[in-house]
Order: sequence, then C-alpha cells, then structure tokens
Amino acid sequence: MDISPILNGFGVVLEPTNLLYCLVGVIIGMLIGVLPGLGPGATIAILLPITYGIDPVSAIIMLAGIFYGAQYGGTITSVLLRLPGEASSVVTVFDGFALARQGRAGTALGIAAIGSFVGGTVSIIGLTVLAPVVAGFALDFGPPEYAALGILGVLLVSAIGNGNRLKAVIAACVGLLIATVGRDTFTGAERFTFGSLNLAEGIDFIPIAMGLFGLSEILYNIEERHNQVHSPAKVGNVWPSRKDLGQAKGAIGRGSLIGFLLGVLPGGGAVLSSLAAYAVEKRRAKQPERFGRGAVEGVAAPETANNAAATSSFIPLLTLGIPANATMALIFGALLIQGIQPGPQLVTEHPDVFWGVINSMYIGNILLLIMSIPMVGVFVRILRVRPAILAPITVLITLLGAYTVRNQVYDIFLVIGFGVLGYLMKKFGFEPGPLVLAFVLGSMIESSARQSLLIFGGDPTGFLTRPISGTVLAVVVIVAAWPLIRKALPRKKPAAVPGDSDRVEEKTP
Amino acid sequence: MSQPDPTASGVADAGLQEEVERLQAEMEEARPPHAGPISQAAAALVALVVGVLAAIGSYALGLGRLTQPGPGLWPFAISVVIVVLSLVLLVTGRKLEDTERFSKSSLLTAVALVTLVALAALLPVIGFEIPSLLLTFVWLRWLGKESWRSSIVISIGAVAAFYVIFVLLLQIPLPRLI
Repeated sequence: MDISPILNGFGVVLEPTNLLYCLVGVIIGMLIGVLPGLGPGATIAILLPITYGIDPVSAIIMLAGIFYGAQYGGTITSVLLRLPGEASSVVTVFDGFALARQGRAGTALGIAAIGSFVGGTVSIIGLTVLAPVVAGFALDFGPPEYAALGILGVLLVSAIGNGNRLKAVIAACVGLLIATVGRDTFTGAERFTFGSLNLAEGIDFIPIAMGLFGLSEILYNIEERHNQVHSPAKVGNVWPSRKDLGQAKGAIGRGSLIGFLLGVLPGGGAVLSSLAAYAVEKRRAKQPERFGRGAVEGVAAPETANNAAATSSFIPLLTLGIPANATMALIFGALLIQGIQPGPQLVTEHPDVFWGVINSMYIGNILLLIMSIPMVGVFVRILRVRPAILAPITVLITLLGAYTVRNQVYDIFLVIGFGVLGYLMKKFGFEPGPLVLAFVLGSMIESSARQSLLIFGGDPTGFLTRPISGTVLAVVVIVAAWPLIRKALPRKKPAAVPGDSDRVEEKTP
Repeated sequence: MSQPDPTASGVADAGLQEEVERLQAEMEEARPPHAGPISQAAAALVALVVGVLAAIGSYALGLGRLTQPGPGLWPFAISVVIVVLSLVLLVTGRKLEDTERFSKSSLLTAVALVTLVALAALLPVIGFEIPSLLLTFVWLRWLGKESWRSSIVISIGAVAAFYVIFVLLLQIPLPRLI
C-alpha cells in the first residue's frame, strides 16, 4: 500500500485551521452529547449553512468531529443522570448508573472514555487499511450497481432504524418522491413544480435537513415535558484503577471488533453494536449476574463498540458513496454541497478530503480523551444548563442560518415547513431519518436506474444478471421480506436465565 | 480471545432485549399517551392520499417505455409503492402505539410556530433584530417558563451576541435595522 497519501493526509490535518475545526467539532460534539434535546444529527443539520463558506476538508472534519464526539458526551448523561444522551448509550445506563450509585461514577466515565478511545482508534486503523481496498473494488461499479446499492442503503436504514418499519419505508419513499421535484435532468420536463420558479430548481438539501432534523426536534421538545432534571451524581476520581482496567480489557477488545464490523453495515451502526457488545460480554462472563449491578465490562463494552461503529460507518460513505445512517446522509449532503461526490473515486480524486477526514479522527479521539478524563468536570457542570434557554438560541441559529445560504426568505419558510412536517411525522410515529437519507440518495438512484435501463436496452432483467447488482438486489429482497420470513420460521425461545428475572424485579421496586 | 460472532447481534439475548425495552418504556413515561387507532388510520390515509396524488401527477408527466423512460416513470413507481404500503399500514397498523396524542402542551408548539412564521415574515421588512428579540423572549418567558428577569436579560444578550457574530465578525448580509 502506498502510504504517501496517508502521510499527506496528516499534513492536511495538522494545518492550524483544520486542527481548529477538528477541536471545534469535537467540543460541539461533546456538548450536544451532554446537553439534552439535540442529537448529533440535528446539530449537524443546523450547522450545514456554516460549512457552505469554509473549505471542504475543514467542513467535513468538523462535522465528523461532532458525530463521534457526541458518542463520548452521551456517556456522561447515561452514567450520571440515567438519561442516555444518544440511543447508542442506552445499554450503558444499566451498569453505568449502577456504578454511579455506588459512588463510582468516575470509574464508569473513565473506563468509558478509555474504551471509546481504543474503540475509535482501532476502528480508524481498520478504516485506514480497509477503505482504499473497498474503494478500489468498487471502482468498476456501473450505474446498475449504484442503483442497487442505493436502494439497499435506503431499505436497510428504514428497516433497522427505530420505529415501525412499514412507516419508515413509506417515509423513505416520500423522500425519494421529494427528490424528484424540479427539472428532470434527462428530459428537461418539470416535475411537481406547480409552475413555481423556486421549485423548478428542485428542493435544496439544506432546508430539508435543517427542517426535518433540526427544527422538528426543537418543536417536538417544546411540547415535551419539561422533564425533571435530576442533579447529577458526584464524579469522583476518573482514573480507573488497574483492577478495573484489567476487568475491562477483554470487553474493550471485543467491543472494538464488534463495533467495527457492525458499523460497516448500513443501518447497523452504533445502536446495534452497543447492544451486541453488551450481550456478548454478559454471555461470556463467569458471573453474568454482576451485569446491571455495576459491572465495569457492562460500561466498557457498549461504549467501546458504539465509538468503533461510529467511526467505521464512514467506510460505506467514503468508499461507495452510500451513507450508512441518517447522520452520514447529512455528511454526504455536506460533501455534495461542496461539489465533492462521495464514492470510489474520492480516494484518488480528492485524497486530501479522504485522508484528511480519516486522519483527523486520530487527532479528534485524542482530543476527546483529554476532554473526557482530565476535563470531564467542565462538561458535568454543563449538565445544569436548562434546555429552555438553549431552545430559542438554537432556533435563531437555524432560521438565520437558513437565510444566509442564499439570502432568501423562501428558504426560511422551507425550513419551517419541513420542521412542521418532521414534527407531525414524529407525532404520528414516522421517523424523519429515512426520509432525509432517501432524499439524499434519490436523484443518484433514479439517474443510475435510468442509465442502466438505457444500457440494458430497456430490459430490467439486466439488473439481475450482473453479478454484483444481482447479489445486492437479492439482499434487498431478503431484507424486505425478512419480517415475513421470520414469521414463517418456527420460533426458538431461549431459556430465561434465572439471574435475569431477579435482577429485573429488583430494578423496578 | 475468541473471534466475536457478529451474528450475536441478531439474537442479542432475550433478557437484554427485554431490559432495553423496559428502560425505553420507562424513559418514555413522560411521553403523552398514544393516540389510538383513529390516528393510525389517519396517518395511513394521509400517506395513501400522497401516494395516489403523486401517482396521478407522475402518470400525467408521461411514463414512457422501459427503453425510453419518461419523466414520470420513476416517481410513478415510488408512488405505487407508497400506495401499496399505506394500504397495508391501514389494515395492519391499527394496534400500533407509536402515535402521540395532541395535548394542551401542543399549544406551545403552535405558539412557537407562530413566532417562527412571524420572524420569517418580518425579517425582510424590519430586519432581524426586533423579530429575533421577540422570538427569544416569547420562547424563554412562555415556552420555557423562565422568570421575567432572566427572559429579558438572556434574550437581549442572545440577540446582541448574534449581532456581533453574524454582522460584525462574519459580515453576513442579514437584513437589519442598524
């Protein structure tokens, strides 16, 4: 492997501006991980207009930093408040909060930070080695393969995300539909524009993302319940003892691998891998009954895995141009805004972006480790900021930011419109994530599918006879039919572990 | 160390699944009660209507043939999928519990929406300062239930900070009074 582009990538990262954006990104990530309300997706969406004006490499470095930084921050609320900041930190709550109640919150945070660092770093090394290989393999993909991969990506994200999958797929289809608004690139016909000049240009990605991810979340949180904020548990010494480290060592190792592997799968990502890592540790443990009562491994495994997964979920984006989850869809959109098409050519055409982003993660993880161990007190204090104060400020950033993209009030109204749509979707059990992801991929899927039809001379069976697109489409069918298949299969119910039920009872007094 | 089996995720043990669900349910206690079968039917119907309208619209655009796909072919295919899936949802989704009832606090969201639209409408007319100030104040005082004092202080401070950052430092051409 030629390593000079990798070294050049370090050169890119170590430029002071890029270092600064990396630092800003991970700090924002930590903050929003800690603060209730906005997740990394919403934050990245809201900050999209800012990336408009800055250099592509810096922009993506910052957005990536927000994404993996939030994984570190989410741990803090899980352990101290029993409120997982991110879905991927849900399982951390079991043992993390138990440890906090025993006065060992510091240990939990310290182990989580070290696990996150190791998981993240292992995953970046994997990314460094694997990404160019995958990209090389994908270089001879033609339109049929892209069409098939795009459909698979949309379907997987809808199927594996939270919520009802029928609703998720419907939302995704609406996203594909919205992507067709505007002038058709093949025939020049205007589609669904209703004579509006604004619509003829198509609907821009930024207002959709800002509305559906950013504003909708804020609108939803207003009505929600000014939740009682508990005062956080006291954080003692964050440096874990040698004994704790010894206990967590295996969990961190296995968590890294599980996270890396599952993160690569579209739709899998952080949530699934944290569950899997926890389950594996509990299975392997000599005394599984310790889990849920403050087992150090129970914090180490999921936190390691979710970070590893967050990092490896960049692989499909950077090598195939297929975002693995909704947040990756935002980064995909941000790259497109900058005029960079993510895909197999990225590593050769824009090595500075490719290696700059990957290598920035090494630095970002080191920064995060510093922020999560010696400086954790600062972030714990931020837990006391009331969400009511943040909401109007975020709203202002969103609306004024939307305006600045093209200096048009029309864009603000679009953001408000999509914000309301997202709010209503949430109220009726539809996730906005699949819609945004499908919107981002929509025009790619459509144009690849149409090009393929031209290549095949109008014969759609051509998709099936090409080995790669055929395989991918077979997977599409399996994923789509999975709920039916599972119903058909006889259910095998694992025997309940006796220790399990006692503990559950104990937890719900 | 044995190689972890990635398929472990698929069968993540039942006890764990239960625990996760229990925890999620506990966290969602603060959510308003679910809204019942009528809202499910309404959601499916809205999706159905969207699908039908889009199908009609794309049919009108011209489907073309597979050798020569027209502009309407792709949206038509998607619309058909939407129609089929929303019909399935209409039939099978009655017992889902993932919708949320609109409650008194939904009025807060309505108020918030009014302030957003007001800001967008007033921005080109009188600049961003006054609308922003009003928005932050309303959000703090009535939506966030902050005290009068902190609402006033924070909203003025926030708008001033915005002015400094957006206008003076970043020199973004926002419409403004001053």
